[in-house]
Amino acid sequence: MAEPHLIGEAMTGGYGRGADILHGCTLSVDKGQIAVIVGPNGAGKSTAMKAVFGMLNLRSGSVRIGGEDITHLSPQDRVAKGMAFVPQTSNIFPSMTVEENLEMGAFLRRDDIRPTIEQVYDLFPILRDKRRQAAGELSGGQRQQVAVGRALMTQPSVLMLDEPTAGVSPIVMDELFDRIIEVARAGITILMVEQNARQALEIADTGYVLVQGCNAYTGTGAELMADDEVRRTFLGG
Amino acid sequence: MTDILNAIVALSNFVLIPGAAYGAQLALGALGVTLIYGILRFSNFAHGDTMAFGTMATILVTWGLQSMGISFGFLPTALIALPVGIAITGLLLLGTDRAVYRFYRKQKAAPVVLVIVSIGVMFVMNGLVRFIIGVGDVNFADGARFVINARQFREMTGLDEGLAIRSTTLITLITAAIAVALLFWFLNKTRTGKSMRAFSDNEDLALLSGINPERVVAVTWLIVAALATTAGVLYGLDKSFKAFTYFQLLLPIFAAAIVGGLGNPLGAIAGGFVIAFSEVLVTYAWKKVLEYLLPENLEPSSLVQLLSTDYKFAVSFAILIIVLLFKPTGLFKGQSV
Amino acid sequence: MTARGYLLYAGMALLIVLTGFVQGWNLALTILNMGLISAIMSLGVNLQWGFAGLFNVGVMGFVALGGLAAVLVSMPPVAEGWNAGGLRLLGALALGAAILVAAVQVWKRKIGGRMRALVMLALLIGGFFLFRASLDPAVNAIEAINPSLSGYLGGLGLPIIIAWPVGGLLAAGAAWIIGKAALGLRSDYLAIATLGIAEIVIAVLKNEDWLSRGVKNVVGLPRPVPYEVDLQRDPGFVEAAAGYGLDPVTASTLWVKILYSGLFAVVLIAILFLAQRALASPWGRMMRAIRDNEVAAAAMGKNVTARHLQVFILGSAVCGIAGAMMTTLDGQLTPGSYQPLRFTFLVWVMVIVGGSGNNYGAVLGGFLIWWLWVMVEPLGLWAMELITSGMSPDSWLRAHLTDSAAQMRLMTMGIILLAVLRFSPKGLMPER
Ligand SMILES: Nc1ncnc2c1ncn2[C@@H]1O[C@H](COP(=O)(O)OP(=O)(O)O)[C@@H](O)[C@H]1O
Ligand SMILES: [Mg+2]
Repeated sequence: MAEPHLIGEAMTGGYGRGADILHGCTLSVDKGQIAVIVGPNGAGKSTAMKAVFGMLNLRSGSVRIGGEDITHLSPQDRVAKGMAFVPQTSNIFPSMTVEENLEMGAFLRRDDIRPTIEQVYDLFPILRDKRRQAAGELSGGQRQQVAVGRALMTQPSVLMLDEPTAGVSPIVMDELFDRIIEVARAGITILMVEQNARQALEIADTGYVLVQGCNAYTGTGAELMADDEVRRTFLGG
Repeated sequence: MTDILNAIVALSNFVLIPGAAYGAQLALGALGVTLIYGILRFSNFAHGDTMAFGTMATILVTWGLQSMGISFGFLPTALIALPVGIAITGLLLLGTDRAVYRFYRKQKAAPVVLVIVSIGVMFVMNGLVRFIIGVGDVNFADGARFVINARQFREMTGLDEGLAIRSTTLITLITAAIAVALLFWFLNKTRTGKSMRAFSDNEDLALLSGINPERVVAVTWLIVAALATTAGVLYGLDKSFKAFTYFQLLLPIFAAAIVGGLGNPLGAIAGGFVIAFSEVLVTYAWKKVLEYLLPENLEPSSLVQLLSTDYKFAVSFAILIIVLLFKPTGLFKGQSV
Repeated sequence: MTARGYLLYAGMALLIVLTGFVQGWNLALTILNMGLISAIMSLGVNLQWGFAGLFNVGVMGFVALGGLAAVLVSMPPVAEGWNAGGLRLLGALALGAAILVAAVQVWKRKIGGRMRALVMLALLIGGFFLFRASLDPAVNAIEAINPSLSGYLGGLGLPIIIAWPVGGLLAAGAAWIIGKAALGLRSDYLAIATLGIAEIVIAVLKNEDWLSRGVKNVVGLPRPVPYEVDLQRDPGFVEAAAGYGLDPVTASTLWVKILYSGLFAVVLIAILFLAQRALASPWGRMMRAIRDNEVAAAAMGKNVTARHLQVFILGSAVCGIAGAMMTTLDGQLTPGSYQPLRFTFLVWVMVIVGGSGNNYGAVLGGFLIWWLWVMVEPLGLWAMELITSGMSPDSWLRAHLTDSAAQMRLMTMGIILLAVLRFSPKGLMPER
C-alpha cells in the first residue's frame, strides 16, 4: 500500500511534563479523502489533532506528510508545508472583520490573496455579505465558516478540523458537512474530529474511534457504522 | 443675550478648551497603556515614567537645537525634537524588553508578575530621569504663547469675557489628532497593524497563522514610545515638566484606559476625554458662568466649586469605580484576561 | 526559620552594628527604628500579597491614615474650634454618611434597573449639595480660628500609643470600603483602585484643614517617651550617662531612640507572632489554597471574595498601625511628604526581596531595604566622587554627577527589585 498523504504514526505524548494522554495512537488519511475521529469526551481527540499539528511534544511516534518526516517542525513550519488547522475553541479573531480574519489566515503568503478570498466567499456566500462585520458578532455557524475559511487561506493540502459543528443547529451542520465534502472534492485532504459521530461517519472515507488515547476501532466509515460493538457503545444503538 | 455669549466664552475658556487639551493628553497616554495591555497583557506601571523619559529626551534635544540657534518659528522647538525623543525612547523600550520583559514572556509568567516587574522598571526609569535632568520644574515651551489672547478676543468681539487660546492647546489638539489618525490607519490598514490586532485578539491563533510574536511585541513598544513621548511632551508644553507629576498621571491614565475598556484603543480615547472633562467640570469654580446666566438675586455668593482641584484624583477614581460597578469591561468592550 | 534565615538575620544585625561603628550610633538607631516600622509595613503587605495574592498598591494611603490617627488621638482638642462649628461639622459628616448609606440601600433594592440608577444618582447628586451646604459653613468657622497655629478641631488628647491601634482601625475601615468595591474584580483593577484610594487619602489630608491642618502640618505631637531636655535635666540620668562615659546630650538622644526601638520591637514581635500563627492556622492554609488556585477553591465552596476581604482588611490595618507609629516617631504629620514611590512601592520591594509568603522574609526585607535606602545616598556620593575624581574640579559633568548622586536611590531600588525577580524570584527567604 502506498504511503498515505498524512500520517501520525504511533504517537505517544502529553501536555508539558504531565502524564501521557496519547498512547501509540495512529491516524492517517489519503489524498483528497476525509478521515473522521470520533470517541467519548476526554478521549484525547483534540490532543491527537494538536499532536499531528505539532502543538505538543511527542515522546515517540512520528508525523509525516507526503512521505516527508515533519515530527520536529513547529506549527508555523507545518503551515508552510501545506497543513491548516481549525482549533476546537477560539478559532477566530473576534474583533476583526470577516475579511481581516481571512487576510490573517494568509499572513505568510506574499502573493495575491484576492482570488483565494473569492474562493472562500464562493464556498461560504454568507461571509461575502458579512465581510465588513466583526467576526465575533456573527452566529455560531457563521463563525465556524470564518474559522474554516481562515484555515483555507493558506491554500493547504491538508485541512484539520476539530469539531467544526460544535454548537451549531442541525440545519447549519448539514450545510457545513456539505461544504467540507466540497473542499475534499477539490483535492484537499481532511482530518476531522466530530461529536456527531453518525453523520460524520456517513461522509468519512476512514473512521477512527479513539478511547483513552488509543485506537479502539479503525475502518471505513461504513464498516464502523455496521459494527455492532461500535454502534452500541459510541453511536447510541 | 450677551450674557449667554459671555457665559459660553467663559465656559470655553476655562472648561471646554483646557478639558479638551487635557483629554487629548490623557487619551494618548491611555492608548499606550491599552496597547501594552492588549499585546503584552499586563498593566504597565512604568508608563508614567516612560512618558517622563520621552519628554526628558525631547527636552535635551530641544536644548541642543536651541543652543545651535535652531528654532521652529512661532511653534515650539520641542516639536522638531519630538521625533528624536521618540527614537531615543523607542530604543530604551526595546532595550528594556530585551533585558527585562522578554525573559518573563518566554516563561509565560502570570500577568501580575509582569506588573511587579514593571514596578521595578518604573523605579529605574524614574531614577534615570531624576538623575539626568533633576527633580525641578523645567519649562521648555518656546514659540508664540497665544494664538489669540483674552484682550485681543475682547477687542475683537466686544464681549466682557476673553477667550484665550494658548498655542500649546492648539498644538496639543492637532498633534493628538494626527497621532491618533496615524495609529488607527496603522492598526486598520497595514499588514503589521492588523497582525498586532490579531495577536491582541487571539494569541494562539495568531501564532498558528504564522504571525511572529517578537516582531509584534517590538512594533508595539515602538508605537508605545511614540505615543508616550508625544503625550508627555504635549503635557509638558501645556503645563511644565516635572518628573513627579508624570508619575501622578498614571492614575488618570489608567482610569481612562479601564473606563474605555482595557485593550480597546477607541475606548482609551473616549476614556481620556471622559476623565478629563469630569475632572475639569467638577473642579471648576462655576461662579463666573452662573453670574452671567442667573438673574441678579440668584447669583451665587460662593465659588460654586464642587471639589477643590486637589481632589481631581478622586474624580478619576469615582468614575473608575462607577464604571467598574456598572460595566466591568469598560464603556467599549475591553479584554478580560 | 532555616539556618540560612538565621545567617541572613545575623548579617542584617551586623550591617546595623557596622553602621553604628562607622557612622555613629545615632544613625544606626535611626535606621533601626525606621527599619522596625518598615518591617511592620512589609508584614502587612505580605499578608495580602504573600498569603492571598492580593495586589495592593495603596499602602501609602493606609500608612497616612495611621498618621492621621496619631493626630486625632493625641493632640489636645481645640475648644474654640469645637465651639465654632464642631458639632455642626459632625452633623454634616453624619448627614454625608447617611446619604451614602441610603444610596447603597437603593442600589441593593431589586427595582427596575434604570429607575434604580436614576434614583441613586439623584440621591447622590442632591445629597452632595446638601452635604456641602451643611459642611462648608462649619469648616469655614473652624478654619478661621487662629489659622496660623491651629484652625482645626484638634484631637482627643489621649496618650499617643492609643493611636497605634486606632490607626489600624482607620486603615481597616478604609480597606473595608475599597475591598467591597474592588475585590472580586480582576487583580489589575484592585491595583488601580488602591492606587487611587491612596491618592485620595493624601488629598484629604492636604485639603481638609479642619481635620489635620492640611499642608500647614501638625507638629509637636506628644511622645510616648521622655523628651531629651527633660532627661538632660534629670541628675540621675546624667550620672548614669557619665557612667558610660557619655555626655548628657548624646546620651539622651540615644536613650530616647532606644526607648522607641523597644516599643516598636514589641509591636513588631507581636504582629510577627500573630502573622506566623495565622499562616500556620487552617485559615492561613485556606488562604494559600485560594491564592494557588482560586478556581478550585471556589469550586470547593470557599467564599473567595469574603476571605480576600478579611485578609485585605487585616493587611491594611497592619500598615495603618505602622503609619501611626511612624508619625509618632516623627512627632509630626506632614501630608506633603507622602510619596507613593517611598511608601507604597518601596514596601513592595521589601516584600519581594525578603521573600513573599514568608513573614520572616518580609521582616528581613523591611530592614535590609530600609538600610539600603538610607545608605545608597552616602555610598552613591562616595562612588560618584571616586568616578569623577579624575575630572577637573570645575567640570560641568562632575558637578552634575555629584549633585545627582542623591537620585541614585530609586534606580538602585529598581535594579535590586529586577535582579531579585529575575534571579531569585522567591526572595532571600523563600516561602518553602
Ligand atoms: N492544555 C491541556 N493541558 C493539560 N491537559 C489537557 C489539556 N487539554 C486537555 N487535557 C487533558 O487531556 C485529556 C484529553 O483531552 P482532549 O484531547 O481535549 O479530549 P477530547 O477532545 O477527546 O474531548 C483530558 O484528560 C484533558 O483533561
Ligand atoms: Mg476536544
